[in-house]
Amino acid sequence: MVFVAHIFGDPVGSLLWAIVLLGLSGLPGLLLKRPGPGQLLSVVITLSAAVWGMAGALRILGGAPATHYLLDWQLPFGPCELAVDPLSALFLIPLLLAAACCSLYGAAYLPAAAQPVVEKKVTLFSGLLLASMASVLVARNGVMLLMAWELMALSSWLLLLTYQQDAQVERAGMVYLLATHTGTMALFVLFSLLRGQTGSFVFPAAHSLTLVGPLAVVVLLAALIGFGAKAGIMPLHIWLPGAHANAPSHVSALMSGIMLKVGLYGILRTVSFFHELPVWFGWLVLLLGGVSAVTGIALASYQRDLKRLLACSSIENIGIICIGLGMALVGMQSGNQTLLVFGLVGAFMHILNHALFKPLLFLGSGVIIHASGTRQIDRMGGLSRILPRTAPLFLVGSLAICGLPPLNGFVGELFLYFGAFSDGLSAPLPLIAFIAPVLALVGGLAVITFVKLYGAVFLGSARDSAARQGHEAPFAMVAPMALLAGLCLLAGVGAPLLLQLVEPVVIDYAAVSPALFTRLTGIVPLPQIALMNGLLLGLMLVVWLVWRLLVQQTPVTSADTWGCGYLAPTPRIQYTGSSFADLAAGLFAGLVGARTTLTGLSGHFPAASRLALDGTERILDRMIIPCLHGADWCLAWLRRMQSGHLHLYILYVFATLFALMVWSHL
Amino acid sequence: MIPSLLLHILLLLLMPPLLLGVINKTKAAFAGRYGAPFLQPYYDLAKLFRKGSVFSTTTTWIFRAGPVVTLSATLVAALLVPLGNHPAIISFNGDMILFAYLFGLARFFTTSAALDTGSPFEGMGAAREVTFACLVEPTLFFILITLARMSKSLSLTPMLTYPSPTVWIGAGATMLLLVGALFITLLAENCRIPFDDPNTHLELTMIHEVMVLDHSGPAFGLILYGAALKLFVLGAVFVNLAFPFKTGNLLLDWGIFVAAMLVLAVLIGVVESVMARLRLVRIPQLLVAATILSAFAMLLIVR
Repeated sequence: MVFVAHIFGDPVGSLLWAIVLLGLSGLPGLLLKRPGPGQLLSVVITLSAAVWGMAGALRILGGAPATHYLLDWQLPFGPCELAVDPLSALFLIPLLLAAACCSLYGAAYLPAAAQPVVEKKVTLFSGLLLASMASVLVARNGVMLLMAWELMALSSWLLLLTYQQDAQVERAGMVYLLATHTGTMALFVLFSLLRGQTGSFVFPAAHSLTLVGPLAVVVLLAALIGFGAKAGIMPLHIWLPGAHANAPSHVSALMSGIMLKVGLYGILRTVSFFHELPVWFGWLVLLLGGVSAVTGIALASYQRDLKRLLACSSIENIGIICIGLGMALVGMQSGNQTLLVFGLVGAFMHILNHALFKPLLFLGSGVIIHASGTRQIDRMGGLSRILPRTAPLFLVGSLAICGLPPLNGFVGELFLYFGAFSDGLSAPLPLIAFIAPVLALVGGLAVITFVKLYGAVFLGSARDSAARQGHEAPFAMVAPMALLAGLCLLAGVGAPLLLQLVEPVVIDYAAVSPALFTRLTGIVPLPQIALMNGLLLGLMLVVWLVWRLLVQQTPVTSADTWGCGYLAPTPRIQYTGSSFADLAAGLFAGLVGARTTLTGLSGHFPAASRLALDGTERILDRMIIPCLHGADWCLAWLRRMQSGHLHLYILYVFATLFALMVWSHL
Repeated sequence: MIPSLLLHILLLLLMPPLLLGVINKTKAAFAGRYGAPFLQPYYDLAKLFRKGSVFSTTTTWIFRAGPVVTLSATLVAALLVPLGNHPAIISFNGDMILFAYLFGLARFFTTSAALDTGSPFEGMGAAREVTFACLVEPTLFFILITLARMSKSLSLTPMLTYPSPTVWIGAGATMLLLVGALFITLLAENCRIPFDDPNTHLELTMIHEVMVLDHSGPAFGLILYGAALKLFVLGAVFVNLAFPFKTGNLLLDWGIFVAAMLVLAVLIGVVESVMARLRLVRIPQLLVAATILSAFAMLLIVR
């Protein structure tokens, strides 16, 4: 009884309970015959678990003592330790927020009454996915982490296959399964090597591992490949666009907003073991971050599929986070505290920010798809008329993801700029200063991408008759988006609050003194920025009032858009999203693999012709798939083992065990 | 102090349209015409503010918000820039990042408002605007880093008041490259020849003008005023680098600044008179060249 009381009062205990609740949230629905109550129950469970866990996570960040829990399992992998430190708490907060938002949204997006079979599956696996992601964050034992990791991979794969009748979904699922297991393979290498060093699967204490030479290289590369594949760092991103595009929207929001970050958490956790990092690692992360950011957003700008575009922009955001992380690691290695603190604050803030605006955009994409019946941006248009509540919320998300003031995206990038500029001011060889122009280029491309997205989807007039008949989403779908958009605005205008959230994590993770942290972050003018944001909003109000006054005194008429003399305009002559992005795609042709096919236009009197613009997945289509075909051809003989008969598989297991037994007696 | 601040604000709010007047007068002089009076842009604005508005039936609130947000963002950016030897009204560490991003915010809303009309011409203009701006942004940041390193400061006022004739003698090559890159940026950002022709009304050749085809009345007045203000703000940045003469005398410094701005306007007018608009495919090449110039300036200062 004392134990129960203890576990309820303890922040870590409440988080562990929240994880268990999340994992079980889909079960009642399976047992109940009638569709509906199960889903409702799962929403209630998820919401209460999120509130309960959030309180725990915030208390950990507030400095509550972090209790360690030992799970008494009868497995030969050492004690299974569970703990929550500020780093875990930083990732748990957006996870629980997204859990609450996506669960509520899902109840209206996939109502049990309409799709009883699909709903049960999605509710069950969403709960499992959330619980497994949270378990990865609290596990302090390599094997426990791998188990949670595998559960996370499989539950997200099963969620991705919700609409598996579609051939596209099946292909995306296959690529995802392959990619995630390749990553897991690297993690096996990582944790086996770590065990070889420490003698146990339990994580080594922070900054305790002294690895040198090739072993450090292998460990760090294994972590980068294993965790990086999940995070979607270029060139390990191949699974990401397909997987995020084909899952149900609220699942995409979880995958993009949270699951990618779990990969980054893995890298951060592995790095924290090291007493001293090799020099090259920070630079490698920095370089990969830069490449991911530029290539990701260049790819996104050319996408025609709404959700693929958002998925590619996730690669960009992961890239920005990796830039911050790389900056911090370079600073850590070279003893440059300024770079260390600015890099980490920038990366952590962007992790939180991306977990706000990306789920917002993905949830919005679900509403758009419901209303327009398609994912093709070029067939939408004018949706802000039928989605009057979703449109402004989506606009907030789009502005935030472009990093524009007064929203939250700007705050995180500000710290990265300060890191770059501080390097530019003082370093003898200011290589890191080059990040500033790269970030500016990424910002410019992001504006192209999201003006295209918002403009082609919400503005103008409907290009397709289907897009005129949609309807606004119900309250349960709009409310989570409104919450996320409100938090984007709050974190932007009240930027010092965001810094307070990140402060304990940086102090704990980087082992810098609070005084140094305050001194360094004091350089960044957050109060002034907040003031300027207020001034900007105030000025907007004043200019708007002046304009209203002027307009009220003059006649106002309504007419068709000026067609420059053309009198028979149709919605089809509007500039589409593809046309909008085409100019930029021409400049980045080498990156995005833009392909234009024009058929039927030849001779003096050409017949009806067809022009198609398309982007290719260069790395997947030109490199990975041919390699897989090669492997398929080489290993064809092995396939004979896979007969599909159960008794043969049991025989394999028996034969292996027998052989091992004989071997151990030799 | 207070009179100087008042003068600062008045100059900031009232002088921008004059630059357009000077540019047009210069162009007229080159063409052998008498030209419109210097104050014509003010008359145009006064006329627009009294005119009625036509709103397209396809537009939403975004179309109405476009000019408002754009002008507000440009006004806030204008507060961050020092005019000649006079410090900016608001100045803090890192204000140049906000400065650059405010133009991004303005661009987001200008282009969204253009797309809101559903007109293919305006979509075309918006696509060009965002694409070229995306190439200009790295240049701006290379210039800012170089200036930050030279002046050992992260705020626009010390950065831009740092250049002086001595700096020009000491680091002439860097300054020349910076001024070159900044001039190209200035012309591109303000949609002047050789990037865009503010005079043509053949919609297909234009970037900025075509995006605002559907705006009318007071809203169009706000846009024209905002564009003039943007020219003034970026012009002030340019003038601080290119004409870094300071006397220390309050009034004399104001005189130098105003004269330098007018010289810049004449310079733009000369460029517009002697050059033709570049072909659209050539524009990215020139913009990338400017980026490389500014990166070059940075290398020279690092060494």
